[in-house]
Amino acid sequence: MTLNLLLLVTFFPLVGVLIVLLLKPTWKNALRWTALATTLITFGLSIWMLSQFNSSSGEMQMEFALPWFNLGGNPIGVHFGVDGISILMVLLTTFLTPLAILSAWNAVSEKVKGFMAFFLLLEAGLLGVFLSLDMVLFYVFWEFTLIPMYFLIGLWGGEKRVYAALKFFLYTFAGSIFMLAGILWIGLQYGSFDLTTLAGSGLIPASAQLWLFAAFGIAFAIKVPMFPLHSWLPDAHTEAPTAGSVILAGVLLKMGAYGFLRFNLPLFPNASVQLAPWMAGLAVIGILYGAAVAYRQKDVKRLVAYSSISHLGFVMLGIFALNLQGMEGAILQMVNHGLSTGALFLIVGLLYERRHTRLLENFGGLWKILPVMGGLALVTTLSSVGLPGLNGFVGEFTILLGAFKSTVLASPWFAGVATLGVILAAVYLFHMFQKLFLGPVIHEENNKLKDVSIREVLVLSPILIMAFWIGIYPKPFFMLMSPAVEKLVALVQSAAGLVH
Amino acid sequence: MTISDLYSILPVLVLLVWALFLLLSDLWLSKHAPAWTPILAVVGLLLALGASLFLAGKTMTGFGGFVLVDGFSNFLQPLFAITGLLAIGLAFDYLKRLQIHHGEYYPLILLSISGMMLMATAGDLLMVFLSLELLSIPLYIMASMAAPRLESEESGLKYFLLGTFASGFLLFGIAMVYGATTSTNLSAIVATVKAGTYDPTLMIVGSVLVLIGLGFKVAAVPFQSWTPDVYQGAPSPVSAFMTVGVKAAGFAALLRVFSLIFSQLSGTLTPVFWVVAALTMIVGNVVAVAQTNLKRMLAYSSIAHAGYLLMAFVPFGDAAVRQNSIAAALFYLLAYGLASLGAWAVLIGLEGEKYSGNTLDDLAGLGKKSPLTAALMTIFMLSFTGIPLTIGFWGKFYLFRTAIEGGFIGLAVIGLLTSLVSAFYYLRVVVKMYFTDGDANFHWNYWVSAVALFCGLAVLVFSFVPGWFFEMAGKAIMVGG
Repeated sequence: MTLNLLLLVTFFPLVGVLIVLLLKPTWKNALRWTALATTLITFGLSIWMLSQFNSSSGEMQMEFALPWFNLGGNPIGVHFGVDGISILMVLLTTFLTPLAILSAWNAVSEKVKGFMAFFLLLEAGLLGVFLSLDMVLFYVFWEFTLIPMYFLIGLWGGEKRVYAALKFFLYTFAGSIFMLAGILWIGLQYGSFDLTTLAGSGLIPASAQLWLFAAFGIAFAIKVPMFPLHSWLPDAHTEAPTAGSVILAGVLLKMGAYGFLRFNLPLFPNASVQLAPWMAGLAVIGILYGAAVAYRQKDVKRLVAYSSISHLGFVMLGIFALNLQGMEGAILQMVNHGLSTGALFLIVGLLYERRHTRLLENFGGLWKILPVMGGLALVTTLSSVGLPGLNGFVGEFTILLGAFKSTVLASPWFAGVATLGVILAAVYLFHMFQKLFLGPVIHEENNKLKDVSIREVLVLSPILIMAFWIGIYPKPFFMLMSPAVEKLVALVQSAAGLVH
Repeated sequence: MTISDLYSILPVLVLLVWALFLLLSDLWLSKHAPAWTPILAVVGLLLALGASLFLAGKTMTGFGGFVLVDGFSNFLQPLFAITGLLAIGLAFDYLKRLQIHHGEYYPLILLSISGMMLMATAGDLLMVFLSLELLSIPLYIMASMAAPRLESEESGLKYFLLGTFASGFLLFGIAMVYGATTSTNLSAIVATVKAGTYDPTLMIVGSVLVLIGLGFKVAAVPFQSWTPDVYQGAPSPVSAFMTVGVKAAGFAALLRVFSLIFSQLSGTLTPVFWVVAALTMIVGNVVAVAQTNLKRMLAYSSIAHAGYLLMAFVPFGDAAVRQNSIAAALFYLLAYGLASLGAWAVLIGLEGEKYSGNTLDDLAGLGKKSPLTAALMTIFMLSFTGIPLTIGFWGKFYLFRTAIEGGFIGLAVIGLLTSLVSAFYYLRVVVKMYFTDGDANFHWNYWVSAVALFCGLAVLVFSFVPGWFFEMAGKAIMVGG
């Protein structure tokens, strides 16, 4: 048996966990370097995986399948595979994790051992979520990611961390138990938990699809989060430590959107088509609601958190346009949001480390004192706003185009109203930037702040380089995903033909 | 009585003889070498474990159908022996530390386990009754072993009074069934029921009375009210033993009796079980939220888990699902037992000289002071909740799967929602240990820590290879059906 690359990518972070556990808690630098090296090697492995990936095929690749055990006649397997959709999520995860660890270099100075161990565990769990093709295995990884994240928020978070951690856990758990019921029902009814067997097989009748769509959908919608299931997000994101917020916004939220793409659309195509206007409607509400609430925030971190609700609304709108452009835009926007919002959280973290406050009113005029940071923050803000030439524009534009043309949504209103969200994003993000960096220096103590260090530039610059790359030349990203998306769209639309 | 009769109850026999021998030798040992009594008890349990493994894979009947050795008993008997071993590991230091060390504790545990083992093989309703008494009477004494502490006396008395009351129901039920079918032998009853020559009214009344009697033992709602008081008052190792051993034995009886002789009545009984299971899950989990005493919390959690077990039991009349229903219950008993014994081990380590140290606040700061203990406790709490990479997840997975397979999606949803409620109070333990400052005081003891470590590792490791246990539980087929 040859060494499977996907297994290697998924489980390599666990090697780091083992080493971290063997090190003494007082060897803080050794712990940091171990974690960083592990995540960098994992990133290297994922690049190797990319080099082996055949981007002209929409099928699952580098598959690994092994029976795990039998349960009452149902085989449950260890089944991994990667396609054009999941490979981007994997790369996003392996790309952001080392940066997050680097950002926590000095910010986390206590209980470093636990922090690094949980972070690496989280990375393994996330990679497992994106790569597993057996529903039970997927569920195991999905639920498992709760534990490290719960501790990361609860142990290293802000003031209300215990409340936020519990809320995060209970919300996600509440959603996933419905998914578990759905998984069990499918497994019993159709004799398989394997996604490749079930997807597009037409085994699941339209009558059952609505309920199953709801059962899976509620788990994913909480994770995304879609309006009105979003209320865990501002607390969790605000209270999490910076590195945790980066991964939470950058990767964990994508689990929800990915779940819709990987499970709801291919398994329940009829229900997807039927419910698409509703989902798109909720997405549009989320876009406007998130933007409006973000504008009213006094706390920068909460502002960025609410902006996620708005941005993820675009992703959901793109997915439920159910056409090629919408979905491609959505997937690219998932990556974009991971990059831009991750970077925004990093900048908020930089400010908090220096000033120990996150209230907008305590800042102002920082551009004069921190010119380098101001420049980085400006690019980040523009990328999040969706300025042409930067990544956010490409994603949102493609989504809106897809939503306009969507035959399933069959109404220009969804895209029309959503476009307002682009303007609103400019409003609340420039409002934020202005309050932080422009104007006069109101507070005396801000004059003593130090500009970014080389380490901090190192954390932010890879993200910004990616933002420019996607903004100027997004073609390689679209090429990577399009065969897989085409396949998915064909699958859904052939089912849609049955509905109408 | 022939040799093969004795052979069929070999593990029980070993335990009975050894317990009597231990009781006698303790008279001398307690004065001169008190440490030897537990060691000898462990030897006895190891012998019984060996004997039960020796019977593995064999199917036979003994004492004219009174004893049934089959896959079902083969699964449960070693489990009981291991529970006993762990309970002794928990007890030794605790009893000494609280100065309630009586040598009788160990022979009594052996006697109680012999009752449980006999219960797993019971092939006759009278045998069910006798083994229930054999396992309960030693526990009445053990629960009040911390006398003159009032709570312990109360615990023993309460358990005794309600226990005998329940036994009365059981016996009455057995009499009714006898009246309906003119036999107490399980396979004879099955034959009569199949032939249709029985009195259906008496049979139903009898089955309900049997259900009440056993419902007391497994702490199903509405027969659960004794549980928190008894578990709180009894010495902790005894409570630990009860949450696992008695529950498993009670379910062994329930599974055996109902799947065999009352399966024809499932049309009438299934709604009853449905309601009892739902109520047990809801009451156990919801009331547990309000508890600040850890022992009471674990008591309500044990009620809740009885509810989950009952859920698997609801489709017992459906021939296609029955085997899964039995296997899921047995697997869950294993998963629950490991987590429960482990959690009680941590509680025992926390308990101070004056029976203090078992409130939620006493856990504060444990994560800093004893990281390993806190990590183990976290594993147990996650396993109780049913989070993946613990065996508790697979336990619930199988239970819910069985309920859905039997067509009881509503019940499964109740189970899932109450799991969510349970996540709240189990996580509160984690919150206290890690996120709250305090000076939790864990009395480190080699054996208690060993038990906790064993349970913790088992909960984790078995979750990666649950297949073998699923297979074993799947082989737990009953004869005489």
